[in-house]
Amino acid sequence: MNTDLFGLQVNVWADAALRLQLIVVFMTVVVMGLIWAERRILGRFQQRIGPQKTGPFGLLQSVADAVKLVGKEDLRPKNADPWTFELAPFLVFIPIFMGFVIVPFLVGWNIKVLELGLLYFVAISSVNIVGWVMAGWGSDNRYAMIGGLRAAAQSISYELPLVLSLLAVAMVAGTLNLDEIVRQQGSVPYIVWQPMAFAIFFIAALAELNRAPFDIPVGESEVVGGPFVEYSGIRWSMFMLAEYAGLLIMAVVGASVFLGGYAWPLGEELGLGWQVVLVGAKAGLIIFAVFWIRASLPRLRIDQLMGYSWKILLPLVLVQILVNGLVLVYGWSEAILGVVGLAGVVALVSITGRAANRPRQIPARAAALKGEAA
Amino acid sequence: MAAADLLLTNYIPVLLATVVGFIMVITALLAARLLAPFSQEAGKGTTYECGMLPLRRASTNVGMRFYLYAILFVIFDVEAVFIFPWALSFIGIGAFAYWLMVIFIAILALGLGYAWKKGALQWR
Repeated sequence: MNTDLFGLQVNVWADAALRLQLIVVFMTVVVMGLIWAERRILGRFQQRIGPQKTGPFGLLQSVADAVKLVGKEDLRPKNADPWTFELAPFLVFIPIFMGFVIVPFLVGWNIKVLELGLLYFVAISSVNIVGWVMAGWGSDNRYAMIGGLRAAAQSISYELPLVLSLLAVAMVAGTLNLDEIVRQQGSVPYIVWQPMAFAIFFIAALAELNRAPFDIPVGESEVVGGPFVEYSGIRWSMFMLAEYAGLLIMAVVGASVFLGGYAWPLGEELGLGWQVVLVGAKAGLIIFAVFWIRASLPRLRIDQLMGYSWKILLPLVLVQILVNGLVLVYGWSEAILGVVGLAGVVALVSITGRAANRPRQIPARAAALKGEAA
Repeated sequence: MAAADLLLTNYIPVLLATVVGFIMVITALLAARLLAPFSQEAGKGTTYECGMLPLRRASTNVGMRFYLYAILFVIFDVEAVFIFPWALSFIGIGAFAYWLMVIFIAILALGLGYAWKKGALQWR
């Protein structure tokens, strides 16, 4: 059972282990870089400097943070459920790490090309919510409990638009193999044929990653950090590591599925250096957009958040899948898909804008209370 | 090598990724156990609250809303599971397969519309 590892013939187990080691180093470095980049970029958006004292441009800030976190006392509240509390960081981090198995970084530089890669990705990326709920329930703290429940409700609601928008691309591509999907985009990336699917993927990914404006499970001003309010030191850092690793995976998968990964616009025969630049630029663009949105938009209320997924995103993505099927089964031109997708984006933006500008409806009970008070 | 062996060989990295992820977390926790100070005082074990101690355990009642969304999620997630194999093979089968899926999605959309009309999607 030998496979090809950069020209060498090695055992399958050794091959997978070596590639995973590379990912461990790569992920740690990139996560530290992302934390630094987020703080610097947010600093610019808020007209301040951001971290600057540790190393050149504050580059070593994340290293200093990591050292501090390892040396911090690891507390467990007396009332907490020991098993649930201790195991939650494992369940938050391990599924995210497993997601790296199918991510197509460069030609030949993925851990494994799975035939059902996309299905594996959507399956594994939703497992870590069990860890969030465990952290919330096991802490025996009201903030943590509410945060965990909110995380569960939000994650299951936005799971559906995420899965179905990726499926819309898989229908056009005719495969779930991520490497194959990237190779098909040598001349035209799928965002041209599926702009609405990309918009929905991006919004749902923001919610899945608990990023602003969908960060009500971890909102500091409401639930003081949510499920990990009772965690400290290195255990807390597992949640952060998982969050930024998830951001990295989501960005690279989004860049591969919609923006053409390493293949577009120069073809896959390109040298590794250019591929690194291309994938880095595309994933970096998505990550920068995530930071930008965090700096620009206020947090949503929970009723807005749940309504947005079920009443707007889900119907739109179902329509997208039906339109894709219609065009593909009757062999119509792909240009129709592009036009319909653009119309869908316009519809999505206008519906969202109208929903955002609508005056707040006061629930009947609150209105009655208000009437009594007056 | 048999086809089943090949299939399982493909998933060796998945198994190893689980192990490596586990090792990463346990190493970090052990490093903290070695390096971090450790002194359990009575005050440190209390639940975090704003000012006073909480009166009861936190895990008591849970809002009904979460349950409704969970039921809806199960229905639509099963739908997504059905759509996955269809999406890869319907072009080979032809228009019949497509219109069957239209009916399937229409029935579910009817269900979603009913839930919407009944106010199940409205967070109160």
